[in-house]
Order: sequence, then C-alpha cells, then structure tokens
Amino acid sequence: MRLEAKYKWLPTPFRSLLLFSVWLLLNNTVALGHVILGIVLAIVIPLITHPFRTKQPLVVRPFRALRHLMLVLYDILTANIEVAIKILGPTKKLKPGFVKVPLDLHEAMPITILASTVSLTPGTVSAEVYPWPETLEGEQADCQKYLLIHVLDLDDEQTLIETIKSRYEAPLKEIFEC
Amino acid sequence: MDIVISILLLMGGVLVLVGSIGLVKMPDFFMRLHGPTKATTLGMACLLFAAMAHYSQYGDGLSLKEILISLFLLITAPISGYMLIKSAIHHRIDSTDKTTGKDKIEED
Repeated sequence: MRLEAKYKWLPTPFRSLLLFSVWLLLNNTVALGHVILGIVLAIVIPLITHPFRTKQPLVVRPFRALRHLMLVLYDILTANIEVAIKILGPTKKLKPGFVKVPLDLHEAMPITILASTVSLTPGTVSAEVYPWPETLEGEQADCQKYLLIHVLDLDDEQTLIETIKSRYEAPLKEIFEC
Repeated sequence: MDIVISILLLMGGVLVLVGSIGLVKMPDFFMRLHGPTKATTLGMACLLFAAMAHYSQYGDGLSLKEILISLFLLITAPISGYMLIKSAIHHRIDSTDKTTGKDKIEED
C-alpha cells in the first residue's frame, strides 16, 4: 500500500496494521490486553524482520487492487463450478495441454500473485516461470519471462493467453505500476 | 439460519467430494492437480462460512477467525500446487498422450 515509512520505528506501516489485525482475529477478541499486546507485536516484529526483506514494488493503486480482488474472488467461484462439472463429466472429452504465456511483469512479487491467481482460476495450474531466475545474472534479470501453465481443457490457446493477459495481468501492472 | 448453515455445509461437502473424485478419476498427474487446487478451495470456503454462521449464532458473539483460515488457504493452495507440479516436471513424469504442447517444457 502507499503508506510510506515516515518514522524510523515504523518501517512498514501497512504490514504493522496487518499484523495487528491478524493478532486480534487469531485471538477472536478486542479485549484491552490483547489490543496492547497486538500493538507491541505490530511494532516490534517489523523492526526485527525489516533488514532481512528484499524490496518489493509498492501497491500504488489500492482501490484498483480491491476491485481486482473482488474480480478474482468471483472468478474463483465460477472456476470452481466449471472445474467441478468438468471433473464429473466424461474424462475422454478433456483436452489437456501446456501453454506458455509471455509475461510483461518483471518483479518477483507481481509474478507470484499472477501465478497464484492463475492456479486458483479457470481450469489452469501454473507450472513454471522461464527462464529460471538462478541462471540469470545482473542485467539479464529484465529479459522476457514466460509462465508455463497446464490447462485441464484446452480449446484455443490464443484466446486463453489473451484472457489471462487482459483479465489478470493488466490490472496487476496497473496496481504495481511496473 | 439453520437452513442456511445446512445448505452451506452440504455445498462444501459436495465440492470437497468432487475434488477428491477428480483426484481418483483423472488419467495423469497434471490433470489430477486441478481438482484439489480448485474445487476444494470453494468447498473449504463454504465449510468455513458455515462454521462462522454457526458460532456467531450459537456461540458467544461474532466469530471471525474463520476468515483467517480461508485467507491462509487461499495463499497456500496455489503454492503447494506449484511445488507439486514443479517436482513432477523435474522427475519427468509422463502425461497422457493427448496432452498438447509438451515440447514447451524446458529441460533442466
């Protein structure tokens, strides 16, 4: 989120907020003792872990992100029903296949989110990201990347790639502005 | 309220069952992965919503920690699926003959 670090003792404000709410949810209470303990944990944990973290791109458009989340949740709902029907239907009719999707994203975090949404949505499971990051050096890290996905029932490769790119990747590009 | 909880429980049970049927029925490893990564997520969500409704109704006060469980499920399900399929590719597990685009897998 676009909450810049203003104070030294609070390096990642959004993560602190998240930790605080997760703590209260885990304990299922808003008792004063737990609120105080949650605040202490929300300040101390980011302070300790902050130096280990690699820098990730900021979410610059939180409301766009929220809208995208709603769309993905809706897609999970429809995809679940679709896959359930395909599983119960005749197995012989299914046309499984591998598809390579060229990515416009470069940073690790957006690619991870994209791969996860692809896994959770329409009859596809993401398998690999090519080329392997370990084999790349320095400047090469910005080269064209591919996402290999396995499709349960492949009708038309090109339309599928188009759908993934416009429906899931374009919003992510806007959200992270990269 | 009881009816809503029952319907949610039933739907969740059916979806998890369908996911498991997919696990048994599909011909190869890659297709088997589709059931557990998808049908089961929604099934679990239904069960958790049922639990939330039940405990909010009959327990003491609102129960929200089920949201956390579904959140963690949403995060971990694709990752475990990804790890499974990655190791399958690494071990060169065969897929059914009609699978298209096998040449897109790169050797490592």
